[in-house]
Amino acid sequence: MSTSANPPYTMIVGLEVHVQLLTESKMFSWTGTEFGLAPNTLCDPVNLGMPGTLPVMNGKAFNMALKTAIACGCTIPRYTKWDRKNYFYPDLPKKYQISQYDLPFSLGGSLPIPADKEGNGGKTIRLTRIHLEEDTGKMVHTSGQESEVDLNRAGTPLMEIVSEPDIRSAADARLCLEELRLTLRYLGVSDCEMQEGSLRCDANVNLHIDTPAGKVATPIVEIKNLNSFRSVERALLYEADRQYKKWKEDGLTISDAPKETRGWSDPDGITKLQREKETAADYRYFPEPDLLPVVVDEEWVERLRAEIGELPRERRQRFESTFGLSPYDANVLVEQGKDVADYFDAVVALTDQYKMASNWVQQEVLRTANADGISVADFPVKPAMLANLIARVGRGELNNQQGREVLGKLIETGAGADIDQIIEAGGFKMVSDEGPIREAIQAALASNPKAMEDLKTGKKKPDAVKGFLRGQVMKATGGKANPALVGQLMDSILAELEGGA
Amino acid sequence: MQLTNLTATEVVAGISARKFNAEEVAKAFLDRTAKLKNLNIYVHLDDEVVLNQARDVDRRLAAGEAVGPLAGLPVAIKDLLCVQGEPTTCGSKMLANFRPPYNATVIEKLKAAGAVLYGKANMDEFAMGSSTENSCYGPTLNPWDPARIPGGSSGGSAAAVAAMTAPVSLGSDTGGSIRQPAALCGVVGLKPTYGRVSRYGLIAFASSLDQIGPFTWNVPDMALMMEAISGGDPKDATSLPDAVPAYSQEIEKRPERLRIGVVKEFFGEGLDNEVAVAVHNAIEVYRKLGAEIKEVSLPHSKYGIAAYYIVAPAEASSNLARYDGTLFGHRAKDFSPADEAEKDLPALVRMMMATRAEGFGAEVKRRIMLGTYALSAGYADQYYNKALKVRRLIRNDFETAFKDVDFLIGPTTPTPAFKLGEKAANPLAMYLSDIYTITTNLAGIPGLSMPCGLSSEGLPIGMQLVGPAMSETALLQAARLFERETDWHTKRPNI
Amino acid sequence: MTTDEVAKVALLARLRLNDQERERYAEQLSLILEFIAQLGELDTEGVEPLAHGVDRTNVFREDKAYPALERELALMNAPKRSAEGFLVPAVLD
Repeated sequence: MSTSANPPYTMIVGLEVHVQLLTESKMFSWTGTEFGLAPNTLCDPVNLGMPGTLPVMNGKAFNMALKTAIACGCTIPRYTKWDRKNYFYPDLPKKYQISQYDLPFSLGGSLPIPADKEGNGGKTIRLTRIHLEEDTGKMVHTSGQESEVDLNRAGTPLMEIVSEPDIRSAADARLCLEELRLTLRYLGVSDCEMQEGSLRCDANVNLHIDTPAGKVATPIVEIKNLNSFRSVERALLYEADRQYKKWKEDGLTISDAPKETRGWSDPDGITKLQREKETAADYRYFPEPDLLPVVVDEEWVERLRAEIGELPRERRQRFESTFGLSPYDANVLVEQGKDVADYFDAVVALTDQYKMASNWVQQEVLRTANADGISVADFPVKPAMLANLIARVGRGELNNQQGREVLGKLIETGAGADIDQIIEAGGFKMVSDEGPIREAIQAALASNPKAMEDLKTGKKKPDAVKGFLRGQVMKATGGKANPALVGQLMDSILAELEGGA
Repeated sequence: MQLTNLTATEVVAGISARKFNAEEVAKAFLDRTAKLKNLNIYVHLDDEVVLNQARDVDRRLAAGEAVGPLAGLPVAIKDLLCVQGEPTTCGSKMLANFRPPYNATVIEKLKAAGAVLYGKANMDEFAMGSSTENSCYGPTLNPWDPARIPGGSSGGSAAAVAAMTAPVSLGSDTGGSIRQPAALCGVVGLKPTYGRVSRYGLIAFASSLDQIGPFTWNVPDMALMMEAISGGDPKDATSLPDAVPAYSQEIEKRPERLRIGVVKEFFGEGLDNEVAVAVHNAIEVYRKLGAEIKEVSLPHSKYGIAAYYIVAPAEASSNLARYDGTLFGHRAKDFSPADEAEKDLPALVRMMMATRAEGFGAEVKRRIMLGTYALSAGYADQYYNKALKVRRLIRNDFETAFKDVDFLIGPTTPTPAFKLGEKAANPLAMYLSDIYTITTNLAGIPGLSMPCGLSSEGLPIGMQLVGPAMSETALLQAARLFERETDWHTKRPNI
Repeated sequence: MTTDEVAKVALLARLRLNDQERERYAEQLSLILEFIAQLGELDTEGVEPLAHGVDRTNVFREDKAYPALERELALMNAPKRSAEGFLVPAVLD
């Protein structure tokens, strides 16, 4: 996923992310926040903006937002207040959104994003601010003449996280968003389902183009309708290319044109200019008189900080330093979600075969769980059982192949499986007696003269030939031979043969 | 015995003592209301709904069930307090068909206290006005002189009591909308401390200034009503959780201290001489009662009207934005482009514009325009932010004054009731009739207006007592003290 | 305030005004603003703005959900509605 090799520009991206908070009730009233109910069945007089009704702040929503800000190392001002953002739109019942203007509850902060295999990420994105507001309802565009308004979503607690324009590639934008999602899920403040709209992202993007006359910045474009991680990446790549081509055509720079808003069309794979509003935006912000300011003291911040627990970036670090995992392995275990890392933690609490545990969780456990469409938390083989199995492999009671087969049986049997019985019944016992293995090796050498020939002439690499021969031995022993012993004995037999020749 | 002449305290006591029943009371007031229809006090009144509530009180009394402290007391309601399923229109064509699916908190409290919700009283549209002439239902007439306005915006609520069509009523006060009509109609009106009474279900004009309060004939009735409607409310974040004192018992005590400040600025130019004399006489009454009388100054009060006419319209422009024809209220039938400029606008925008043009009256539009302008980009600092700073200075004035005195005294209004139409063409002149009341809203403190005289034309004159935040008990005690020495509260219009 | 400014504010406030109204409001609002201009006499440097009616802070409610309003009650005041929702003139993005 990259455009032409080394385009002569740098992409400058900042994200504005809206996150619905996982509260039981709305931001300012006593109705639920479930997704996907029949239109207008999750409303109350307050979220409908009916005359005379008043908002009252959901304390849990505020704490969740505060927790997020603390986890991102933001500055928490002592004093914060709510403001009204005035604009007329049918999905905004009061025709003002309760939001935060000049004194948000959180300023600054940052989000370090991990590196991926391709070398993306591995940097820290600064945050500008985080503020709290209420979500709007939805417009359902029905027939030509009319639209239907559904206000179920109106009043859902919404946290807006604004990043600095620190992102330099589409892949980094996706990684940043993924790390944000992971962090918010770790904090338990949002389920961050882009499909359901509980995580929504707008991106501000322009280019810094290198020209002989120096650096030139293109006009800033805000991209909306980014409803999947993939679309974030696609839209940015498209937009960078579009802006570059457009600049080559018209030469317009940031000082020549105002910021424009473009919507991403996923099926078409393009961004489209959104119709300019009939009046220039003038939101006439002023302090919301119905809600009182909030004063956050040190003790409150510390109380929430103590509740935060280990964050993804801290967990990766611990996996590396405590269990000796590579940054890549640590990231795979963490980025898959909290249940995967929890599972791994539970396994390595019971066995010191850390590397093996990492491999097995990443491969057998994750692969099976993904294939069966279940979460790792629901995986039929519990961490204690896997630790037991890994310990046996580690002790040489089973070889790797046998271990995998036993795991297969354990998964098949499901809850209540008896590992001893499965090993016994399946005859899964690794053969570590030298006699039968020597016999099998000699048989393999005898029946594969061509391999012996290759080895002698050096026509093929010795490791490849030996690998082939070890495979023959394993096959002959029904996969039960101790692979380490097979290798060891084969080497000594070959050495004998060589020495004898 | 003429039931409609009774005070609220007498009505409640009579029903409780079975001297008469709630239905008889309701019927008496309904009959009188029917006779005084020409005053245009009520905009919605359903006799059957009223009688059914009264009968229910009688049934519960007969069954020995617990009834509240207001059992059987008819209470007229300003038409901006939401009553579930009943028309609640704010005197506006915009809400002509609006029926809220919920009750205001004060309505819940009245019901819990056993009160009978009487008719919905006329008002200036969305509480914007000082004469009740800005109602889509036409003006209410002053019971003392039907050629005159009753004051506003709670003119219907004040006239309801003055005309004895209800023993008490509820109004709301954003810049004087209870105290000014109380003064002009010769009854007692209290604007409580901001937050003392829940605003939930009060259709907002200016949220940081609005406060609900009662109209009554005297101070004991006021105490009775305040006990019923005050208190913190989980539905109103700006309500105050402080316990509600037993006002009815407290008022018979003498206030702990009686240092009264005479506000210098409230006796300046524009004050009618008869009003000035009446208030000075009242001050003498207090002096005789042993009060320490001091002159005090509120140096920033002269900026009160100017600050108010930025803050209140700014909040109103936002509060009234929801009336745009989308979710509730009026929607224009025809919203085709009215001129060339509108041809470029989407149908949705034209619908909103046409709806608001049809649904709102001139004064509401004027204030929406003023507020929108004051908040708009480039002007917010000059107007809105400046006004908020002046508001702080005004409050500081009061705080300074209350270091030396316990109450402030002055006229409620510059003149007695003026004639219908007299100020209709001059918005600014109308705004100035709230000059003595408006600063207490900006400061969030309580103000009480009570009768203290009659003009040579037989029109009521009111004086205002102002106290620090949450001083209602002392304020009512001071008012009661005056009432016991005088008989102005017993004067009734001759109708 | 000029009639052009009045027209701009009226659009922002979603008020349709005719020529006559624009002129009348320009005149009346100018007078009112002139009156309000007296605020400019005051030195408010360093004065903390006062936006709220009470001095309290930190008022929160418990995160608890109660049953929603029945849909028929939610829609009963709608000027135009379908079986499930509020209907408004089409909005195109």
